[in-house]
Amino acid sequence: MDPLRQSPSPCSSRPSSPKTPPCEMLGYVGIEAVLDQLKIKAMKMGFEFNIMVVGQSGLGKSTMLNTLFKSKVWKCTPPGLAMPTPQTLQLNSVTHVIEEKGVKLKLTVTDTPGFGDQINNDKCWNPILGYINEQYERYLQEEILITRQRHIPDTRVHCCVYFVPPTGHCLRPLDIEFLQRLCRTVNVVPVIARADSLTLEEREAFRRRIQHNLRTHCIEVYPQKCFDEDINDRILNSKIRDRIPFAVVGADQQHLVNGRCVLGRKTKWGIVEGPRVGKPTTRKQTDLEIKSLLAARRTQGKAGGQGQRSGSCLAVENMAHCEFPLLRDLLIRSHLQDLKDITHNVHYENYRVCRLNESHVLPHGPCWVNLAPTPPGPSVAPGPSKVCRQTREDSDDNEDDY
Amino acid sequence: MQQCIASSRPGSGDVGEKGPLPSFPFKGFPFRHGISRLPPSRRAHLFSRDSRERHRVRGFPPDSPSPRGDQGMGIVPRSALSHGHRSGSEMKGWDFRGGFPIVRAGTPPGTHPADLALPRMWTKALATHTKFSQGPLVVVGGSIKCSEVRRPGAANRGGADARKRKNEELRNLSLSGHVGFDSLPDQLVNKSTSQGFCFNILCVGETGIGKSTLMDTLFNTKFESDPATHNEPGVRLKARSYELQESNVRLKLTIVDTVGFGDQINKDDSYKPIVEYIDAQFEAYLQEELKIKRSLFNYHDTRIHACLYFIAPTGHSLKSLDLVTMKKLDSKVNIIPIIAKADTIAKNELHKFKSKIMSELVSNGVQIYQFPTDEETVAEINATMSVHLPFAVVGSTEEVKIGNKMAKARQYPWGVVQVENENHCDFVKLREMLIRVNMEDLREQTHTRHYELYRRCKLEEMGFKDTDPDSKPFSLQETYEAKRNEFLGELQKKEEEMRQMFVMRVKEKEAELKEAEKELHEKFDLLKRTHQEEKKKVEDKKKELEEEVNNFQKKKAAAQLLQSQAQQSGAQQTKKDKDKKNASFT
Repeated sequence: MDPLRQSPSPCSSRPSSPKTPPCEMLGYVGIEAVLDQLKIKAMKMGFEFNIMVVGQSGLGKSTMLNTLFKSKVWKCTPPGLAMPTPQTLQLNSVTHVIEEKGVKLKLTVTDTPGFGDQINNDKCWNPILGYINEQYERYLQEEILITRQRHIPDTRVHCCVYFVPPTGHCLRPLDIEFLQRLCRTVNVVPVIARADSLTLEEREAFRRRIQHNLRTHCIEVYPQKCFDEDINDRILNSKIRDRIPFAVVGADQQHLVNGRCVLGRKTKWGIVEGPRVGKPTTRKQTDLEIKSLLAARRTQGKAGGQGQRSGSCLAVENMAHCEFPLLRDLLIRSHLQDLKDITHNVHYENYRVCRLNESHVLPHGPCWVNLAPTPPGPSVAPGPSKVCRQTREDSDDNEDDY
Repeated sequence: MQQCIASSRPGSGDVGEKGPLPSFPFKGFPFRHGISRLPPSRRAHLFSRDSRERHRVRGFPPDSPSPRGDQGMGIVPRSALSHGHRSGSEMKGWDFRGGFPIVRAGTPPGTHPADLALPRMWTKALATHTKFSQGPLVVVGGSIKCSEVRRPGAANRGGADARKRKNEELRNLSLSGHVGFDSLPDQLVNKSTSQGFCFNILCVGETGIGKSTLMDTLFNTKFESDPATHNEPGVRLKARSYELQESNVRLKLTIVDTVGFGDQINKDDSYKPIVEYIDAQFEAYLQEELKIKRSLFNYHDTRIHACLYFIAPTGHSLKSLDLVTMKKLDSKVNIIPIIAKADTIAKNELHKFKSKIMSELVSNGVQIYQFPTDEETVAEINATMSVHLPFAVVGSTEEVKIGNKMAKARQYPWGVVQVENENHCDFVKLREMLIRVNMEDLREQTHTRHYELYRRCKLEEMGFKDTDPDSKPFSLQETYEAKRNEFLGELQKKEEEMRQMFVMRVKEKEAELKEAEKELHEKFDLLKRTHQEEKKKVEDKKKELEEEVNNFQKKKAAAQLLQSQAQQSGAQQTKKDKDKKNASFT
């Protein structure tokens, strides 16, 4: 790097005071119009968001994604259909562009079928780590080009949602291993999947145990404590951290309950109502609705003499039932930009540091870099500042001694 | 509110899936879904190992209606290009990468435009490369900016097929409820607000032309600065930073002044310090960006975002110094020319002056900053304002009572020039353009155009290339490595040299010391010898002395003996005498 470190020309003058004195303005200047300019620019460019879901099969990952984005993001397989569990871990990505109120979001969803499904799950996280690092690598290669694009396409994984099976006890060794490795490379949000199999007390106890496990193993999940910038952030984030992992239930089927359309899961016990979802506007949705109605009637019939209202609907949007709204708010409504920022400023920078330090190890080649799955990420000591710096021996610092 | 847009399916992360095809250097093999539906004749080449073979556009017979013609589609960047055929249609900057028709039942291939499928890759390419142009990304028959091709009469057909194709090829993603990511721009804005903004203005103009006053007027505050003298030996740049806050927006403003510009007798080198300063700021940013451990989001950006060039109000034309300086600066910074002290020019003269200036700038090829007109919200205002370039401004920080309120103005015996009156001067326009409408764009242009240009030039100058002479892309890492090895080699050589020198010196010193030691030894021997000689002498003398002493003692003893004998005999004599006497008496 050293050939590039040249001292600035003597004629240059940096701003004279490192601490800039505040100035009182006597009238309105219009500086705050820059916020609107920013907004316009952002809306024109559109946003990108890449999310990855990891968990064993059958935990409802695809359903969760569909629920989160209220659309058929992923074709999830109904249980029982012929879809053999993949023998090795696969990573499937799908990209959609969704728009809401003029805001365009390019959403990339990566699913990992086959995770943790084999008998021997040793090193099953390696393909995932490899994929994540591959995206970082791609961005890095784009960034270090001489003539680079105006807007580098961002495929880095911004958030990884990890589905913890609802055993009710504590984190399993597989979970712990995986979380330990991944929390250093990407923002991980653990959730308790299929939370409708736990009662509220069991849920709370499970959550506490998981939090205890996370603390014991020094696993920093998102929102990381070390990145809280100011007191407001800290208050907000500590509230969130108290509720992590969220107990969620995914449902993409709509049911008609008391004349309202509700996203939920229909079961045979209890009576619950949920919030409205919205008027079905396309044929597809009305089809769904009719189908579910018919299905409901059928199950009601089968249930026999339990009365007409024998079905119940676990409404996903109902905070009393599950914590899906919290997850959705965290991921989309309040912390999406923060997720992207931390990925860009911290995780990507860490990757870059390691990569540039080890550049003699990895193969050079044309733009498609085949990255072998990297060993478990470097140990990042969280510091008080926003940027996690890792103190590794700098080989290029030795050259300064002459 | 609920709109359906194209979706595509890149196979970017397929680890573990071993398809029959080598991986493309492109996100996702485009024909994943379409391939099976192709007739075998058209499929075969896809499986060939030769990439050129795969990429070659498989034909439509030259007389068939060109698919691109009908659909007028936008496409794939040139870099992923094939030497495919154009069939008469002219693509501006875009090219096709193989049109593989999807055969529908009942229609012979290649004739029906509906066969001409829109592989997902294209929509994906569109999605990334057209930056979400308005409307649903249904391409066919729609208006796409990137392609110019459209066959007359095909529009309708395109439309109907478009819908059909849309339903089958593109994934309609309709949101069935409010997801909530419309708060994204707000999130982004909140983040930026908490970080604060940076804005750096460079004011270039002669001494006394009103730069500091204008800055004061623009930002409605008093930046302390003492006026410069005219005696500066050369141009130097003085930069000062201030922190302004308005509602919740914090702005770190840096104003850079050229002190002594235009004062010298020989103004050949006037522009050089300015260019060097701008380059130094770019360099500093580049250094930071290229560091291994960097903190870019924390970085106090000092790159100049806007350069206000103050033109003296002569009323005739631009001075040659102005032209030269602007020409040197136009590729490095966004230049906004303004006419200073505009209250000295009459209105009709002003109009002529402005047009003269603009024509001179154009004829000399000076690229001044163009206010952006691609965004509808600001296009109109920018377009109307650009007509008034260069802005004729008047700066004043004094307030004069006009009517029943105080306003910033300059009071002359013959009248009052109000700064914020649009009839009097263009100050309001300048403020609008510079701050209220285009500040973000100025910053973006600086970063994406000027800085990138600088970076490219700098890196190329240092020998980094993107592609080898063999047109294989070069990894920056390789060049780094090469340079690093070179540098290490040099260092090692230097180290060797120094070591040699050191060894030599040590040897010399050793020789010297040995000599000295020898000398010392000799001296010591000499001394010893002399010492021994002396000792011998001394001993000899001592012996002599002892002998003498002995002799003396002997002599003394003898003498004493004699004396005692003499005395005895004398005593005996006297005794005898006495006895005789006594005897005589008795």
